[in-house]
Amino acid sequence: MTDLGFPQSQGRNWGHVALRCLLFLLLGLFALFYLMPLFVMVTTSLKSLEEIRTGSLVAFPRDVTFEAWRTAWSGACTGIQCEGLRPYFWNSVILAIPAVLISTLIGALNGYVISQWKFRGANLIFSLMLFGCFIPFQVVLLPMARMLGLMGLAGTIPGLIFVHVIYGIGFTTLFFRNYYVTIPAELVKAAKVDGAGFFRIFWSIFLPLSLPIIVVTVIWQFTQIWNDFLFGVSFSQAGTQPVTVALNNIVNSTTGVKEYNVDMAAAIIAALPTLFVYVVAGNYFIRGLTAGSVKG
Amino acid sequence: MIEWFERQIPKIVLAPSFMAVLVFVYGFIAWTAWISFTRSKLLPNYEIKGVIQYERLFAAPRWDTAMSNLFVFGTLFIVISMLLGLLLAILLDQKIRTEGALRTIYLYPMALSMIVTGTAWKWIMNPGLGIENMVRGWGFESFSFDWVIDPDMAIYAVVIAGVWQASGFVMALFLAGLRSVDEEIIKAAQIDGIPHWRIYSAIIIPSMAPIFLSAFIVLAHLAIKSFDLVIALTGGGPGYATDLPATYMYAMAFSRGDIGQAASSAMVMMGVVFAIVVPYLYSELRAKHD
Amino acid sequence: MAPILDIQNLVKNYGAVEILKNINVAIEPGDFLVLVGPSGCGKSTLLNCIAGLEPISGGTIAIGGRDMTHVSPKDRDIAMVFQSYALYPTMSVAKNITFGMKVRGVDAETQAQKLAEVAKQLQIEALLDRRPGQLSGGQRQRVAMGRALVRDPKLFLFDEPLSNLDAKLRVEMRSEIKKLHQNLGATMVYVTHDQIEAMTLATKIVVLKGGVVQQIGTPAEIYNRPANLFVADFMGSPAMNLIPVKARKNGAGMKIEIARQGAEPLVLHDTRVAELPEDVILGLRPEDIAEAGYRAGENVQTADCLIDMVEPAGADTYVVSHLGGKQVTARLHAETVAAPGQMLGLAFDLGKVSYFAPQTGERLN
Repeated sequence: MTDLGFPQSQGRNWGHVALRCLLFLLLGLFALFYLMPLFVMVTTSLKSLEEIRTGSLVAFPRDVTFEAWRTAWSGACTGIQCEGLRPYFWNSVILAIPAVLISTLIGALNGYVISQWKFRGANLIFSLMLFGCFIPFQVVLLPMARMLGLMGLAGTIPGLIFVHVIYGIGFTTLFFRNYYVTIPAELVKAAKVDGAGFFRIFWSIFLPLSLPIIVVTVIWQFTQIWNDFLFGVSFSQAGTQPVTVALNNIVNSTTGVKEYNVDMAAAIIAALPTLFVYVVAGNYFIRGLTAGSVKG
Repeated sequence: MIEWFERQIPKIVLAPSFMAVLVFVYGFIAWTAWISFTRSKLLPNYEIKGVIQYERLFAAPRWDTAMSNLFVFGTLFIVISMLLGLLLAILLDQKIRTEGALRTIYLYPMALSMIVTGTAWKWIMNPGLGIENMVRGWGFESFSFDWVIDPDMAIYAVVIAGVWQASGFVMALFLAGLRSVDEEIIKAAQIDGIPHWRIYSAIIIPSMAPIFLSAFIVLAHLAIKSFDLVIALTGGGPGYATDLPATYMYAMAFSRGDIGQAASSAMVMMGVVFAIVVPYLYSELRAKHD
Repeated sequence: MAPILDIQNLVKNYGAVEILKNINVAIEPGDFLVLVGPSGCGKSTLLNCIAGLEPISGGTIAIGGRDMTHVSPKDRDIAMVFQSYALYPTMSVAKNITFGMKVRGVDAETQAQKLAEVAKQLQIEALLDRRPGQLSGGQRQRVAMGRALVRDPKLFLFDEPLSNLDAKLRVEMRSEIKKLHQNLGATMVYVTHDQIEAMTLATKIVVLKGGVVQQIGTPAEIYNRPANLFVADFMGSPAMNLIPVKARKNGAGMKIEIARQGAEPLVLHDTRVAELPEDVILGLRPEDIAEAGYRAGENVQTADCLIDMVEPAGADTYVVSHLGGKQVTARLHAETVAAPGQMLGLAFDLGKVSYFAPQTGERLN
């Protein structure tokens, strides 16, 4: 918005400075509020259990130890197995990559059809898909569990990929549709006159245009799928669980001594990929968030 | 023939997604709805038996707790996130040089899994070693902060973690809204000598009504679906104190083996979501067709 | 010669809405056909139908003697220039121009040769490596033309190609298109809502309104003998004066009475028409009303009129007088001394007059 700094008289300048100070104080306090949990997670993960019991929550670690990280990665118990997060982290990776790519590709094609190759009923189909984005997934959990069983995919990673693709299509279609709908219809007409067909136009003209929305969609889908817990906990079994489920199992396992430092290290490990994406491509991340909520 | 086929390509491309949505969204909703009218227990039983599951549901004290928790959690989560988000957006809108960094800080929780958020806050609010211990260490020996294990207060602990996670997102929405207000209107107001705060309260904020609506829809949607956060933070406990419809449904479906109850609770959840979302989507889609 | 474009009984519906009603147009090779009309008249839809970008609901379209009604755009031997230019944003200018050849599998050597020819012709050789986003409006326009030219088609289609340019550039590009047409001897179909473009470019004009052809003719025919009130009003700027008058039999000709406020009716005698209904609308272009003494001829009649308004426009001065309940504009020479409130002798050239029936709007003479 525009500069609201009016030319001020001398007398009001002090008030202005005081207001600015208050503003920065508030902003700083809020920054602390948002950073505090991350800070606590990191410091706790670097402390020994002994230091955690005796020290303060927000104190820096006296003796930095990576023991908790090692345990979290390869030794912590998720129920009866004690292999740490590592296998589950890789489960999440090999689950997220194909699910993200497939749902993005399908979304791109769907968005291309709905925005540029309208046919009677296309808008109805789009509306149906859009409503699908908003259902609470609890309403499909039971039949999906049976369906995966029928397909022989129950408790498998391909089964989870399938679920994420199915319920991701709504959003990816929405993203691409809203992006392509701003491209003038004349572009397709020109290409048709030039002799190009449906796929040629998509491949040569629309896909090269789509880099920003592909990034937004990939980030959105990756964050959604990586952070998913509901599908993971409902449709996986021991050995195929994604990292969020394993993290929850580590934290809530009731056997043995409560190792808070390991919990925190595990939580950070589970959060690292999405945090990394956020730090590297924050603007695209925000665009996905706002595009996912403010349609049109 | 080939030309006919060429003309059908768009439909052929969209068809699999359309079928998937029909089956996996609408078909599955229908299946769940059907089951919710049966006496299914561990296995589905397709014989319609009327509204018995809904009678059981509304008679169950645990469901009662879950619904009132949803109401308390939903209201507080939405109201606080909106207010905090709006405040942050306005503060950040004052030509702050460090805006980019601050925005990044306020928004990063949205990139985290709710399981991670729950884990972190569970530790922070740990009565023995968390904030309580910290404040006592500063000399306030009688300080007490044990919300996560207090059945009456635990739901508020969930609210804190939820607000921490989602308010930055609301801020981003509002900030985008503030920036999209027509600059000429603001200039005109400045020339008219309208005070700074009045420009916000009388011009900018009212013009953001659609963004308030969007934020409300997204937050309400998050609140109703929130499942991960409760599981990680309190596990629904102490007892059933922080049960939400989502955790109730999950428990019935996967640990209690009572899929009739699971189905009927899922249908009620969907009813709540649709009561909020359908009018919104309807107006959105209609506005677009005009 | 056989018509190169022959549209017969074309009908286009969107659901229950009739967009185009029974269109019949034919043009010869080398013609420059302009489809003109207000927005929503169906002119762009008609062009899209010719291109095959919109299916038609009835009738036939033949191009070069071949029935193209159900043929896809790429096989119609056409090229098209769009209002937004529709350049492929991620491709360089060269790629934009050669994309069509590439799709059709033309070998690289021919592509390069044709590209060079067209680039030279349009003077865009220096731009070939740029992206459309780096070009000015006029340059984009040229690239869009280039993309059409390399096809060397039977028919060029233009969809309001100049409407996104500023006024000066529009005039420049207009004359370039005209030059191109003359040099290539190509056949062109051109859509515009700008009647000046239509007049300057066309060898043949189709005036459309509400999906119905109002008149087909050469620019001169359309301008001098508009077929109805709509065409009379739409073509020409300032618009033709359309004055409700009373016509009475007077010997072999007609006596035309134009009511005036606070004065005797103005009476003109038209000896060239024998029969008119009593109530008619008289159409006379501003340039056919001159200052008394500046126009002579057997059909010129002079009358004193009260001047309401004077608008100097540089080359001409327009004066407005109130006649028959209408603002009547006359186009006078620039040195006129007319002033508002004064009486001025005006010469009406009845040799150029059009008469229309008030109810149907049809031309009567």
